[in-house]
Amino acid sequence: MQPTRERPELLEIRGLTKGFPGVLALDHVDFTLHAGEIHGLLGENGAGKSTLIKVLTGVFRRDAGTVRLDGQEITARDPADALSLGIGTVYQEVNLLPNLSVAENLFIGRQPHRFGLVRTGEMRRRAAELLSGYGLAIDVANPLGSFSVAVQQIIAIARAVDLSAKVLILDEPTASLDAQEVESLFEILKGLKARGIGIVFVTHFLDQVYAVCDRITVLRNGRLVGSKPIAELPRIELVSMMLGRELADEALHRNQRPAVTGEPLVAFKNYGRRRLIEPFDLAVRPGEVVGLAGLLGSGRTETAKLIFGVERADSGQAFVDGKPVRIATPRDAARLRFGFTPEDRKTEGIVAELSIRENIVLALQAQRGWLHQIPRGKQEEIANRFIKLLDIRTPDAEKPIGLLSGGNQQKALLARWLATEPRFLILDEPTRGIDVGAHAEIIRLIERLCEDGLALLVISSELEEIASYSDRVVVLRDRRHVRELSGAEVSADTIMTTIASH
Amino acid sequence: MIRRHLPVLITLAVFIVGYLICLAQFPSFASTRVIGNLLTDNAFLGIVAVGMTFVILSGGIDLSVGSVIAFTGVFLAVAIERYGINPYLAFVLVLGIGALFGAGMGLLIHAFQIPAFIVTLAGMFLARGLCFVLTTDSIPINAPAYGQITEIAFVMPGGGRLTFIAIVMLVTFAAGIVLAHFTRFGANVYALGGNRTSAELMGVPVGRTTIGIYMLSSLLAALAGIVFSFYTSAGYSLAATGVELDTIAAVVIGGTLLTGGYGTIIGTLVGVLIQGLIQTYITFEGTLSSWWTKIAIGALLFAFIVLQRGLSAASLRSR
Repeated sequence: MQPTRERPELLEIRGLTKGFPGVLALDHVDFTLHAGEIHGLLGENGAGKSTLIKVLTGVFRRDAGTVRLDGQEITARDPADALSLGIGTVYQEVNLLPNLSVAENLFIGRQPHRFGLVRTGEMRRRAAELLSGYGLAIDVANPLGSFSVAVQQIIAIARAVDLSAKVLILDEPTASLDAQEVESLFEILKGLKARGIGIVFVTHFLDQVYAVCDRITVLRNGRLVGSKPIAELPRIELVSMMLGRELADEALHRNQRPAVTGEPLVAFKNYGRRRLIEPFDLAVRPGEVVGLAGLLGSGRTETAKLIFGVERADSGQAFVDGKPVRIATPRDAARLRFGFTPEDRKTEGIVAELSIRENIVLALQAQRGWLHQIPRGKQEEIANRFIKLLDIRTPDAEKPIGLLSGGNQQKALLARWLATEPRFLILDEPTRGIDVGAHAEIIRLIERLCEDGLALLVISSELEEIASYSDRVVVLRDRRHVRELSGAEVSADTIMTTIASH
Repeated sequence: MIRRHLPVLITLAVFIVGYLICLAQFPSFASTRVIGNLLTDNAFLGIVAVGMTFVILSGGIDLSVGSVIAFTGVFLAVAIERYGINPYLAFVLVLGIGALFGAGMGLLIHAFQIPAFIVTLAGMFLARGLCFVLTTDSIPINAPAYGQITEIAFVMPGGGRLTFIAIVMLVTFAAGIVLAHFTRFGANVYALGGNRTSAELMGVPVGRTTIGIYMLSSLLAALAGIVFSFYTSAGYSLAATGVELDTIAAVVIGGTLLTGGYGTIIGTLVGVLIQGLIQTYITFEGTLSSWWTKIAIGALLFAFIVLQRGLSAASLRSR
């Protein structure tokens, strides 16, 4: 299976480099796309996939490197320019106009016209003809917004291809589609491939990668990890390329705490939400750490958001201390003494302009209601206690939290929930983007909290880390809780094999 | 198909029901005289409303139109009566000034990414201020051309007069419909109102379209000002205050979404006529204060905004 070898090189990227203040998002990345090839582009968060696409489509300027299309060196000024050069992109969030008709979306800017007037009939006829090539028989006079995301995506693809795209980039097109919609999308992709179009397919779903891709390129931390034909790349190897760890690593030493027994503090039965996460069962006991492991997009964060009431469950039941409870909003969750530190600290966690003190007392204050302001002296006492307890490095509690380092922000966020004396704490990627020293401290903190009898649910991409402090690990794949590991099974190796299996 | 035109159909139903109520109470509402007057009295409002529909469809707002109408009247009065400029030349001049004024506002909105609300608010004060620079008096216009033009009318069966200015309004609406629904410019306006970023990514000339939209709005406001001066035969600095708000109300009652992207020009015509109908009813009634017009418009506007919310929520759910 090496037909791609004979095909001409359509898109050739060499030594592509792009830096942002403080990070090198792309570091001398090479990427080659052949005509008539579906090329999977994979990597975890921050791997550089979206930066690569944005440089290709002219959203960002590259710092160094060359991009050749059909042997010609190109530099796209903006997405419209990239499209005219022959590079079309379809995003997960369809970037078309929901209020215009399907036909107008396909032909805007190039409507057939006579004497300055658009020939609507002609335009609709041509639109219907174009879409019939994709197996879509819809009324093209209806507004785009009245169709499902799947149909909108096909329309976006049809538009990009019709505008002479030689290269079609699909950025997580399947993230909001159901199985049948994915199937018909793949049929379309195979048709385009047969027409000689080169397709870059960005996704997190391994099954889909193996269903449709010819070749896979993996990025990690802005660097090229490797590029291989799909036939030469077993799943386990692909996962280890993405997560950056060889399976032959030395055995892990994990903490030797005795298994926690007793009644669960929180339990969820058949809890789920359509299109977000399949129904799952989950129980956490006091003094227990349960880890959630899986690739990006596997449903880890979705699980956390459902449990904390950020999203509302549409099936199943939640229990606290064995009694059924309703968690429809984060406020409900906080009232049950749950705490949640989100993955994206900057936008969902800290209030950057407020002081450390204000950030720490925020959840406690919200719980008491705004009419019962915590006295200033008490606020300072709480803040200073946690600054000392968690060793937050700051000259004083009045510094704006935005000026702290990532690790110290994370600790302050933890303090925010610890101040409310929670019984159950959910930590989403508590160690992301913080330096090694702070990393170890956060892990020690997690272990200490657990010894204090807190029930913890921790999400992390770092497999060794999650294996080291978790009593049990739930492995997720394609928005499903696929397996629960406990006891001796909890190891980075087993987690990885479980992620890769199917 | 019906779903897509539901807001306009509801507006039309409101107009028909309103008209039938008026007719039941005052049979003379069926006469072409009343209908002719309804069109004539609301001609200037209808003309500005066409421009405002384009602005709102694109997701913007134009607060300057009332001031531009007043400025036009004052400019015409001063030019014709004080400087003896030929009225037709004065019309051309003032239309040119209006177009330039609007293009300037559009340019500011696009080039500096300033909210249309602020730019046109500044435009509103500027145009109103310019009126007072020209004159603080109310100047009557006595040019013979004015008499001739106001005399032009098409006499309908039943004795009603379809006046020249009513015809100008109807022609403006017809032109607006063609422009909105059958040209690339029209599609671009809807595209801007749908999602500015997407429109830009799809290659819609955002800058050119924005400037065009505000130019059209001010041009039509100047045209409305000319029509208004036929109607009043005078130029007065304080004329047409608050007309921008009446216009916005007419457009929204006509089924155009205030956030842009959805609506029709024909709906705006019905919206204008509904306002005219309420006004006429109150005149016929005789005992009600004319402020009841405002109260009725306010209630209708509120009802329509709630209705639009409901409709868009329903269409999101059905997806």
